[in-house]
Amino acid sequence: MHELSVCQSLLGQIELTARQHHASRVHRVSLKIGPLSGVEPQLLQQAFPIAVAGSIAETATLDIELLPIRLECRQCGAESEAAAANQLICGQCGHWQTRLLSGDEMLLASLELDRPTDEQTVNG
Amino acid sequence: MCDTCGCNVTNGNRHLLQPAGKLEKTADGKSAVTVLQSLLSENDHQALHNRQHFDQHGVLAINLMSSPGSGKTALLEATIDALAGRYRIAVIEGDLETENDAERIRARGVTAIQIATGSACHLDAHMVHDALHRLNLADYDLVFIENVGNLVCPASFDLGHHHNITLLSVTEGDDKPAKYPIMFRAADLMLLTKTDLLAVLDDFEPQKAEQCLRQLANPAPMLSLSATRQQGLEAWFDWLDDAIASHRQRLEQGETVLPKIQSDGARWHTGEAGHP
Repeated sequence: MHELSVCQSLLGQIELTARQHHASRVHRVSLKIGPLSGVEPQLLQQAFPIAVAGSIAETATLDIELLPIRLECRQCGAESEAAAANQLICGQCGHWQTRLLSGDEMLLASLELDRPTDEQTVNG
Repeated sequence: MCDTCGCNVTNGNRHLLQPAGKLEKTADGKSAVTVLQSLLSENDHQALHNRQHFDQHGVLAINLMSSPGSGKTALLEATIDALAGRYRIAVIEGDLETENDAERIRARGVTAIQIATGSACHLDAHMVHDALHRLNLADYDLVFIENVGNLVCPASFDLGHHHNITLLSVTEGDDKPAKYPIMFRAADLMLLTKTDLLAVLDDFEPQKAEQCLRQLANPAPMLSLSATRQQGLEAWFDWLDDAIASHRQRLEQGETVLPKIQSDGARWHTGEAGHP
């Protein structure tokens, strides 16, 4: 159960981005999570309110988009979706030598903010 | 990883991109900003820094992961006994409590730094960084990081090391790689330990364990050994010799190596393919 420490790290990024944009409040936090990321979306949802209590994101909604596991076969070149996290074999020819195209993401994708003006842009 | 050069954009997530960093308006008129950063970017940043520390001193850092009690410390004891004359070795030990493992390592005449994580179920890059402050890396060739015994959480945290080794003792069951895919997918080498017990276990097939590893698209070698009975250790020592020699060659060319599982940003910074 390391989702709380992941959420604490997430809060650091939210606060930094909010500061860069002079935001007064964060309304929505959108994540993209792959099944091979090692974080459990349901546990993130439970840990999130605890991590953001008393912060600029206290009332924010957490949206989590689950991404599929997509593979490219090194043998036949086919792209396929994995049936399960422990079956990363080609959906076309069944070979085990595949390359992961997506499915291990753990990304903070976007934030919705309240801002005084709209002239700020990200200065990353 | 870094927010300026777009290095955290990969083929895997490029399709998710809005015009990066642009503020946009949502349907109900709120400001939305695209971030697209790893949730662990703080940890990954520290890990990158740790890896630079290791590389500056020509040190190879290896992260050992497994269930509690699968033989990580016994493997280190046998390795130190055999190789302390060949390589200058230090160990960073991660446990929730006690200095027990560090004391076992020190009894072999090797420096060990114990990290007591309290209730944390894994090491992270910040804890390892603090431990590095207590080690003079110039004095070592090889640093083992013995992670907290846990087949789940340690796999998600880059510590700044170069290789992941996952141990599986034969008393645990041959389907463990299928049950804990994220941990075993992260392995650059899988070690089957306590194999002297295979003679009295009728339900563990090494071939099945390897098959489960391949189903994770992982080409990592699997070596079988018994640290306490001194069986199969030569192949493990050969692997270490190769890893150290390869690392020294890489460093001469100004390159490094990343463990198999890496944040996208770190992969882009080094031009590593990252996945097998």
